[in-house]
Amino acid sequence: MKLHVARAGFFTTVQDLGRAGYRASGVSVGGALDPHAMRVANLLVGNNEASAGLELTLGSARLQCDDDRVIAWAGGSFDVQVGGHPVAGGRPALLRKGEELIATAPPDGARAWLVFSGGFDVPVVLGSRSTDFRSNFGGFEGRALRDGDLLNLGKSFPGTGRIAARLLKSHIASWGASNEWSNTRSSHGFLRFIRGAASSQFSHAALSRESFQVTAESDRMGVRLEGAKLMRTEITDLISEAVVPGTIQVPPDGHPILLLGDCQTIGGYPKIAHVISVDLPAAAQLRPGDAVRFAEVTLEQAQQLLLARERDLQRFRIGIRLQTQ
Amino acid sequence: MKFVALGDSALVVHLREELGKPNETLTVVRRALELLQRAALPGVTELTASYTTVAIFFDPVIVARHANDESSTQWLIARVTQTLRKPRAFRGKGGGKLFEIPVCYDGEFALDLAAVAQHAGVSEQEVVRRHSGGEYRVHCIGFTPGFPYLSGLPVELAIPRRPSPRKHVPMGSVAIGGEQTGIYPQTSPGGWNVIGRTPRRLFDPEQAPPALLQAGDCVRFHPITRAEFETLAR
Repeated sequence: MKLHVARAGFFTTVQDLGRAGYRASGVSVGGALDPHAMRVANLLVGNNEASAGLELTLGSARLQCDDDRVIAWAGGSFDVQVGGHPVAGGRPALLRKGEELIATAPPDGARAWLVFSGGFDVPVVLGSRSTDFRSNFGGFEGRALRDGDLLNLGKSFPGTGRIAARLLKSHIASWGASNEWSNTRSSHGFLRFIRGAASSQFSHAALSRESFQVTAESDRMGVRLEGAKLMRTEITDLISEAVVPGTIQVPPDGHPILLLGDCQTIGGYPKIAHVISVDLPAAAQLRPGDAVRFAEVTLEQAQQLLLARERDLQRFRIGIRLQTQ
Repeated sequence: MKFVALGDSALVVHLREELGKPNETLTVVRRALELLQRAALPGVTELTASYTTVAIFFDPVIVARHANDESSTQWLIARVTQTLRKPRAFRGKGGGKLFEIPVCYDGEFALDLAAVAQHAGVSEQEVVRRHSGGEYRVHCIGFTPGFPYLSGLPVELAIPRRPSPRKHVPMGSVAIGGEQTGIYPQTSPGGWNVIGRTPRRLFDPEQAPPALLQAGDCVRFHPITRAEFETLAR
């Protein structure tokens, strides 16, 4: 019941849906930077949606299990091979005992979420199995995976049995999640945002007018952008207050930072905007050198888009249940 | 009271325009936090405090179910306003404990003690005496897990942040940034002026709650020798 990591890849961590409830202690929410992709992949293998899986970042990973597992992945357009056969995102596949799974990042896109039936049996720390890489706890020994690591896999959930039975012949399912869900890219090339508390302190529409580039200093805490400098027209002293994944803050140098899941809980820089929840998956695919543009929407639109995605996910859950009956 | 959206799934309630008298503002913020905790409004998943605000995190799906045709945010704002206007007593549960934090202000730990002394126009010993003579209040925990934002620094010890932050501020560093003082619970980047180090662990994910200090707690710094530091650190 173990996963053997032959090659860990560039930056691979154990993540689930994040660590809610500890912000008051300064603990980041963390978790999969695309929690939607993680939920979809988990549903596809019959797991609990909050089961822990792997977040792969760039590079190439080679993995094996010491028993049969159903796997699925979603997120960036990775090249995933099981026993030499390509497995598309959003399609459950059978990974036989000892068979090699190779996941390689493509030239564009940055991250994918790969799950195994049963999830990872790593300790729950502060309500989550996610790796808090900044503070070194949770996940697998509080760190990114290394070559040679052995991770405990959990017992399969009841839903997996039927999926596995259907995969005995074909090994790779002909059904699964829509391409839009399994291969998350910003379909329109824009990240949509709503205004932040300090937006009026910047020149009008500064954020949506300009184009930005992702710098190499970007990580799970935030995407650092350069290009046009965003300068405040009105300088007032700000008192530190809450920030969230999606917040775009602007330090005095004028180069905006788009915060991601591992961001701090409190920040003092002015918040010009917040990328909306449904576009955070696209933000998680940004890699150094990528161009980014922003487009404003209203708070109501942002919430409607989120509600619509949740309705679709509910239909997907029902669809999976029908597939596996 | 002012409400500002913090993305599409959170709301910030501004209770004061500025910090003003820190202890009074702290009580206002803690009271609001307590009332909202007790109200347990539908869809609200988490509450946090900062100096002058309370942040309310919510699940838009659940809130929308309750809001019916109304905008989710408007519905939530109305509920929060109602909750905070209630003339209910502030129990002050959680927070309000006194912590004596041992600090070694010796040479190699006190990276910026000389700079702080020079800025304040007093001797290093005087900086230590005044810093450890004050009583501080925890306004919030953030920046890194367990990091306390404290008020109560003697004004003459205030000093701007370092022009460029250090890549690695050692774990336990006690530091001054502007008019605030704080403690780095783990080695992390940081721009505050380091004047000492505590052997006390401020964050432990195995403990409940994981942070030693909570908003509302009082802190006093108690000078210790290098030898005492080594003993306590063991």
